[in-house]
Amino acid sequence: MSAPTDGLDLALDLALDLALGGPGPSALLARTAPGDRALAALHRNLEALADEAGILDVAYTTTGTPVGTLLLAATPTGLVRVAYEREGHDRVLAELAERISLRVLRAPHRLEAAVRQLEEYFAGERTGFDLPLDLTLSRGFRQRVQRHLPQIPYGRTSSYGEVARSVGSPRAVRAVGTACATNPLPVVVPCHRVLRADGGPGGYIGGLDAKTALLELERAA
Amino acid sequence: MTTKEPFERVVSDHGATVLRVCRAVLGAHPDAEDAWSETFLAALRAYPDLPEGANVQAWLVTIAHRKAIDITRARARRPVPVEELPDSSSSLGITSGADHGLWEALGALPDKQRRAVAYHHLGGLPYREVALLLGGTTEAARRAAADGMRTLRAVLTDTPAKGATR
Repeated sequence: MSAPTDGLDLALDLALDLALGGPGPSALLARTAPGDRALAALHRNLEALADEAGILDVAYTTTGTPVGTLLLAATPTGLVRVAYEREGHDRVLAELAERISLRVLRAPHRLEAAVRQLEEYFAGERTGFDLPLDLTLSRGFRQRVQRHLPQIPYGRTSSYGEVARSVGSPRAVRAVGTACATNPLPVVVPCHRVLRADGGPGGYIGGLDAKTALLELERAA
Repeated sequence: MTTKEPFERVVSDHGATVLRVCRAVLGAHPDAEDAWSETFLAALRAYPDLPEGANVQAWLVTIAHRKAIDITRARARRPVPVEELPDSSSSLGITSGADHGLWEALGALPDKQRRAVAYHHLGGLPYREVALLLGGTTEAARRAAADGMRTLRAVLTDTPAKGATR
């Protein structure tokens, strides 16, 4: 509780406490603290009410995977962000608040299909994602590259140069690298399938270990 | 560039405070839960327009105050079953245990005292702002809260406080 109270108020409250002795406002605060269960139930109710009212602009949840806890966020249009832990989930939420809407709520319901499909993917039971996507976080050439990436088949890889040729800009190899590095939907939009021409792994937003893990998962399945 | 937090932070930082205030004003039963929900729904709607640097908690307590008034008015229009026990009707089972007496004592306070205690001691509003919500002077708000606390002190002393709340 960090209620900014006037200094005079504080002084007088304290004087009153001392004058009367015994438990005062702090005891009242402690004794009226709501339980976590009550607050959790109210939160769930708020998620539903906000969705009904059409003001749940960004819903998010987190889910555990073999490559760490992923943050998933969706607008009413579709999945808008998948974020690795190393990106800093708080930082990512702040970015979503700034770029999309401040009306951000933890609301797992909207992400149920995404969570289920990710579970199937990591279990080796799913080779492609069938989810509505919201690509508003990337524009222009980057978005064009990201739209192309799902065409690289599961279990296969492509080079940055090949992707550049596929999107009709054969000389934009470096820009393809940037588009992959700034992919707001890693795993679901498979930028991990893009490698350097010499077979080197190239960078990855989730770190090299994650990229290797995804490629091995797809090779094994 | 905005420095305002995602709304989820507003709920996690102030959810408990707003629930305390709603329960203190309306009693620890479903009306208080409705007031909480309506407060945060209205806040979610208006949040993008809240000026940067505004005191979010004071803003929420003020919204809760208005929602509580709406609910009190609606309650006055509908018949209240005589045997309704405020503590047993909560869907969330909140008021079980030792603090039944405290909620009862809060509920028994005169309206002004109860609100003054709720908005100032539980909601953290300065008396100057409590006075704006209650009408009357800052001094009167301070006195109402002090009178209310004096009555509550007896209950706070009587019941063992340790571990009674969760």
